[in-house]
Amino acid sequence: MFDRVFTKSGDDFKKLLKLLSVFIGLGFICYLFQYYRGLGITGMSRDVSWGLYIAQFTFLVGVAASAVMVVLPYYLHNFKAFGRITILGEFLAIAAVSMCLLFIIVDLGMPHRLFNVLRYPTPNSILFWDMVVLNGYLLLNILIGWNVLDAERMGVAPPKWVKPLIYVSIPWAVSIHTVTAFLYAGLPGRHFWLTAIMAARFLASAFSSGPALLILLALFIKKRTKFDPGEEAIQALAKIVTYALIISVFFVLLELFTAYYSQVPGHTNHFNYLLFGLHGHAELVPWTWLSNILAVVALALLINPNTRKQEKTLKIACFATFFSLWIEKGITLVITGFIPNTFETITRYIPTIPEVFITLGVWSAGFFILAVLYKIAVSIKEELGA
Amino acid sequence: MDEKRRNFLKITGACVLGVSLLPALKVSAAKKVTEEKGPTYKAHPKALHGKRWAMVVDVKRCQEQNKKGECRKCIEACHSLHNVPTIPNEKEIKWIWKDNFEHSFPGTAHEYVPEDFHEGPFILLCNHCSNPACVRVCPTKATFQRADGIVMMDHHRCIGCRYCMAGCPFGARSFNWRDPKLYLTQLNYDYPIRRRGVVEKCTFCDERLGEGLLPACVEACPAKALIFGDLDDPSSEVRRILSKRLSLRRKLEVGTQPNVYYLV
Ligand code: SF4
Ligand code: SF4
Repeated sequence: MFDRVFTKSGDDFKKLLKLLSVFIGLGFICYLFQYYRGLGITGMSRDVSWGLYIAQFTFLVGVAASAVMVVLPYYLHNFKAFGRITILGEFLAIAAVSMCLLFIIVDLGMPHRLFNVLRYPTPNSILFWDMVVLNGYLLLNILIGWNVLDAERMGVAPPKWVKPLIYVSIPWAVSIHTVTAFLYAGLPGRHFWLTAIMAARFLASAFSSGPALLILLALFIKKRTKFDPGEEAIQALAKIVTYALIISVFFVLLELFTAYYSQVPGHTNHFNYLLFGLHGHAELVPWTWLSNILAVVALALLINPNTRKQEKTLKIACFATFFSLWIEKGITLVITGFIPNTFETITRYIPTIPEVFITLGVWSAGFFILAVLYKIAVSIKEELGA
Repeated sequence: MDEKRRNFLKITGACVLGVSLLPALKVSAAKKVTEEKGPTYKAHPKALHGKRWAMVVDVKRCQEQNKKGECRKCIEACHSLHNVPTIPNEKEIKWIWKDNFEHSFPGTAHEYVPEDFHEGPFILLCNHCSNPACVRVCPTKATFQRADGIVMMDHHRCIGCRYCMAGCPFGARSFNWRDPKLYLTQLNYDYPIRRRGVVEKCTFCDERLGEGLLPACVEACPAKALIFGDLDDPSSEVRRILSKRLSLRRKLEVGTQPNVYYLV
């Protein structure tokens, strides 16, 4: 089916791939630099030992997990309208998990020893389980997506063994984000992360940011190709985004209540740093407020049925949702866990230019994978006259 | 004989810690001591044995020494012995260092704490916790705990994920962000240099205990402010002193059960 990428693609698509390749190339050059000089070229430090890479990974696990939001209603509740876009969800998951794995690899001090995780399996480490569930999820989505699409192309039912895999993939999707939340939620002495609703927060934000991106992609495809994912599907997704975002914001408010009503310094310090700045350090304050404002805008547009139903305002709402949550997971959540540090002092973290380019490179690689997969899916759907 | 054994021990130790596992296998194969489980060697006759190694820091004594003039003897001894590079910024590497009361015991300090106590200094190092979070989170067992409680690092297995750094509530771990060789002026050829990309920390001088010596910092302290011993042994100096004087441990509330005690 890959031949379609070459035979069916127009000039714009080729341009897109070229542009992404340029960014991948730049990222790769920066990565080579990092490979030869060490992670010292990043802005990370003894005190803030995880930065942009791990934060992106954390956000993207959510995007990957969100595929379940189309798979579940379609296969478990027989919600027909999603039939046209499940493949888009599954392929988005493949691209997102690939990015996750790449982000983990670029973050390792000893990338060539990666397989030590398999050679010395350590069940007490959450990172071990994260690796297991992420790779399993990638495999599941490749198998399911590819076979279902191939069957569709041939006009036959997908092979029998795919069905059980689909059912497995539903709890599996939940597990990838839960386990990723456990990476943080189980650490002693990191008060910002040490909260039992971390996994719930992760899932809620994932189920709004992922489908928001899916809506944007579906609208883009609708505009640029002959394949229409369907108004009903998009509107159903929009409702999912709405409720998930409400729950996500609610969960954050719960955290704020616990922190500020209890006034336990270990809890309030980090939120103070995020919202108002601490000891004269306020690097993340603008980001936090931008995220908050975007969330409010998104909520206003999504809750109001009129704006939710209009494509134009829905688009804005989805952009706002996606960026609001990207800031929350992809910037503030991970970094703030380290600020203030274990000595209650503050070490700043500012990503360096190569670090940013490597990050962009991985994102571009993900979008490259996504573009290619979507091209295949869409060209088949177009052919079937859908 | 003794000399021979010492050399052998040194070589095996250096190999296990230093070069790679392969030479270690070769050496032991030559000595016909290879077993299925890997190389074995006889312990040094004078090796120190303990069940729960611990360190007691007599803050008063340390302070008095400091009043005579800034003292960094323990830090220098440890860092030069273990080839710990001196990197002058937030990418630093430290196995043992000094800080004040507030940073060492966050939340415990208040304005009425005696002035000189406030200043410390407090000697900080890995606590070799009885319930170490770093060991729990490490995905490769590169961080592991020995039967005698020492929390060890296998620099050849570490993948540099830095999860242990997020896990340790005491900031006891350092990552080699850069090539440490660039920041070393003097080398100790008896101890391996780490590469960039791995995490490292204090090991209670396991290599010295194996030869019957006390940790380098303990030996180097002019004020005898650092006391090392086996908590499991009721007759040990550490037990005696802990039963006589009031002591603090860092961040007890997080449950890792640190084994470094501060006499106040
Ligand atoms: S002090 Fe930190 S590094 Fe040392 S054993 Fe405890 S948790 Fe591990
Ligand atoms: S950085 Fe090394 S020692 Fe630390 S958790 Fe990762 S593999 Fe284990």
